[in-house]
Amino acid sequence: MLRKWKTKIIESLLALSAWLTIFTTAGIIIILFSESSGFFRDVTLTEFLTGKEWTPLFEQKKFGILPLFTGTLVTSVVAILLALPVGLTIAVYLSEYASLQFRNAIKPLLEVLAAIPTVVYGFFALTVLTPFLKNFFPEISGFNGLSAGLVMGIMIIPMISSLSEDALHAVPVSLKEGAYGLGATRFQTAFKVLVPAASSGIIVSVILAISRAIGETMIVAIAAGQQPVLTLNPLKAMETITAYIVQVSLGDVPHGSVEYKTIFAVALFLFILTFILNNISFYVIRKFKNKYE
Amino acid sequence: MSRMRRHKLTDSLFRYFGIFCTFFGLVVLTIFIGKIVLMGIDRIDWNFLTGLPSRKAEKAGIYTAWVGSVWIVVLTSLIALPVGISAGVYLEEYSKKNRWSSLLEINIANLAAIPSIIYGILGLEIFVRTMKFGQSVLSGACTLALLILPIIIVATRESIKAVPDSIRQASYAMGATQWQTVWHQVLPAASGGILTGIILAISRAVGETAPLIVIGALAYVAFVPETPMDEFTVLPMQIFNWTSRPSQAFLTNAAAGIIILLIITFALNALAVYLRYKWQNKIRY
Repeated sequence: MLRKWKTKIIESLLALSAWLTIFTTAGIIIILFSESSGFFRDVTLTEFLTGKEWTPLFEQKKFGILPLFTGTLVTSVVAILLALPVGLTIAVYLSEYASLQFRNAIKPLLEVLAAIPTVVYGFFALTVLTPFLKNFFPEISGFNGLSAGLVMGIMIIPMISSLSEDALHAVPVSLKEGAYGLGATRFQTAFKVLVPAASSGIIVSVILAISRAIGETMIVAIAAGQQPVLTLNPLKAMETITAYIVQVSLGDVPHGSVEYKTIFAVALFLFILTFILNNISFYVIRKFKNKYE
Repeated sequence: MSRMRRHKLTDSLFRYFGIFCTFFGLVVLTIFIGKIVLMGIDRIDWNFLTGLPSRKAEKAGIYTAWVGSVWIVVLTSLIALPVGISAGVYLEEYSKKNRWSSLLEINIANLAAIPSIIYGILGLEIFVRTMKFGQSVLSGACTLALLILPIIIVATRESIKAVPDSIRQASYAMGATQWQTVWHQVLPAASGGILTGIILAISRAVGETAPLIVIGALAYVAFVPETPMDEFTVLPMQIFNWTSRPSQAFLTNAAAGIIILLIITFALNALAVYLRYKWQNKIRY
């Protein structure tokens, strides 16, 4: 009898731990929606989504998220433009060209790129990369999207390379051997057979990398600046959604004011954006999981 | 040039390009770190490690920051480890494969991909405001615990999955209950992998800054925390604060702080790689 009770209690405790993750998600959704509902009583959704000026901390308050969105977009695009070609090349090289020993030795080293604290990357971007970029673009501003985006790109290289490499490995050997049998070189086999066959996995890696870049905070807060300007020019200072949340958190905005509620509204926007991207990638993974089985 | 030779040339050129890309990130990182070390190494001395924060850059130290980081790591682990491992055990060993279990699974994958700053907002509302923990070590630790929970759960599940069924069946055959099997057989067999995941999760918690800014961790804390309810700062927070000041002297301090933070990060990651390697070679089912 006692043992039966013990079993029940243990199982319930274990189940409770697993369900805590559901409560976490529910908590995030409830907080973001309820706190930003107060914001949307004062500001219309149309003004929020289409307004071209973001000045909640000024006398003349304007609540258009577009400048923050372009800031996020520019830094993320720069990051992906660097990380995708480099990461995919690494994946192809490691899975088709490199020896097994080399691969086993280099992979933990590549993971280090993703393990460096982001505040350190931010410092790199601000104090090392931006002065270096000034040699090529004299007009670059001290805070800029280019430097933040490039450093972010270096950080997400291992994410793209390891997920893409897994996808390349999942392609059946028969396809590869078929290509070699027809006299294709390794390069042709890789890019005309393997990469197209692994495309769903590679797309997943890119979507998850974009989602990571959009949510990245410290690099952009340190190196991209705090000026919400509607611009697509990466040489200029800009502010991302995440950097704005940091800016408000560090300041002394009174609790309950509309300025304060803005962080929940922009956080909700950020959450929805990353949530959609993540779930597209999960859908692609599930849909194409058994493609070759 | 014949077509075949051209293809062969592309093939060998790509090999070099592949090597270039593989080392690109690492070389850039080495340059970065080299610059930082040159910038900050002279600043590191006993006074820097034991000094309290100060408005004068030359006098400022990281004592409150690293003590705060130790507090945060210990408390975060105390909260996240039991919960994360339990959840992983439940999902692998107990839950039946049905709609609920796939909901839990997709939910954990989602949590792992939510931006860390959103966890800060969750922590601000739940721990700082609703539960009235204030801007304390406890609030910070609870927030970071939720953040690293998915990492621990995934690592636990992967390691438990790698334990062969024959071990469970042998245990049942000896008359053990399910819990006895999990506790005495499965968990010890999976411990290497779980430990690796835990260390990587801790490394993540040490370097995390954004959620702590949102819950209101302060950059200037004059005293080290003595209870979990005290205000705190952490090493990355202190680095961020010094980085955002205009004077060169504070940037030097930031560089010195970064050297310490990187030593901790590299040590933890090397330990994780070593454990994974050792564990892989020790147990072959």
